Amino acid sequence: MKEIMNDIDRWRRSGHKVALARVVDIEGSGPRLPGASMAVSDTGEVAGSVSGGCVEGAVVSEALDILSTGERRLVTFGYSDDEAFAVGLTCGGTIHLFIEPLDW
Amino acid sequence: MADSIYELWREAVNDHRPVALATVIEGENLGAKLIVGDGIDSQGTLGDADLDRVVVRDTIGELAGGRSGIRHYGPHGEAREDAVSVFIESFAPPPHMLIFGAVDFTGALVKIAKVMGYRVTVCDAREVFATKRRFPNADEVVVDWPHRHLEKVGDRLGQRDAVCVLTHDHKFDVPAIQAALATDVGYLGAMGSRRTCAERLERLAQAGADMEQVTARLHAPIGLDLGGRTPEETAIAICAEVIAARTGRVSSSLSDTTGSIH
Repeated sequence: MKEIMNDIDRWRRSGHKVALARVVDIEGSGPRLPGASMAVSDTGEVAGSVSGGCVEGAVVSEALDILSTGERRLVTFGYSDDEAFAVGLTCGGTIHLFIEPLDW
Repeated sequence: MADSIYELWREAVNDHRPVALATVIEGENLGAKLIVGDGIDSQGTLGDADLDRVVVRDTIGELAGGRSGIRHYGPHGEAREDAVSVFIESFAPPPHMLIFGAVDFTGALVKIAKVMGYRVTVCDAREVFATKRRFPNADEVVVDWPHRHLEKVGDRLGQRDAVCVLTHDHKFDVPAIQAALATDVGYLGAMGSRRTCAERLERLAQAGADMEQVTARLHAPIGLDLGGRTPEETAIAICAEVIAARTGRVSSSLSDTTGSIH
């Protein structure tokens, strides 16, 4: 989290909205532990990561959607997911992310 | 807004102060937050006073262990229910336990300290004893004189950290204790019989140690009086004393005391 705070500050100072995605749980193998986080600005800029690069693209789409609706949610990526082939984890694990606007 | 939860969190993380954030990730009040940390009375709410009380307690526990994870509660903090899922995220480097002396008790102490969430270093000047093979659970095995190792890492030790001197050898433990007293380490203990400990005190005085500091900070003989004998039982007595020293409790059985448990 520490490593993405500078980017978050910079975006917020220039008036941008920011969404924060945090790994809250992993099942099986997963490259990042709970607490790994990634921030997405409303212009689609990204800081940090929540996996080894497998799901970051999908997280950006979710984050931008959440910024436009304001609706925070729990999102799961991995083989238990119906869209596993679209956005799976190469390690075969499952990760649960909580994605929300940074409005607190 | 200077005191938003994010600001409190950011400042604590930037200052390397332990802090934990609890967020409702499933259930009512999705996204509601509580923050708990060193120098922060708990702030924020998950929307229910009883739930807050339980989550604050659990968050303090998770932070002390440096753990992050999901916990489930009933709407008012009930255990074994799952109406509300709370993600507790701890920002704390794991506390560090430095064990001086690669002796019989060391392996057991390493194991128990790992269970408690410590990063564990074993340090001994004798390279035949201080090997990773003898202490596979240790995060680090260092061959060096304890006081010399402390000169290198001592300024990184703080209140959550512990130094346990198990060397049983005045030649090593007197300078080690002096070097440990020069740090801010929260717990300092040294093993030895009553006689060894009395003799060590004399030697510390001769070596010019600040005896007021020694009396105030050195736990010797190390450990709570649990009456155990095996290395594992001794390790538990030591770790129990580390906890009691941190919480400032005089240890006794909860069944023999009244008052709040946490």
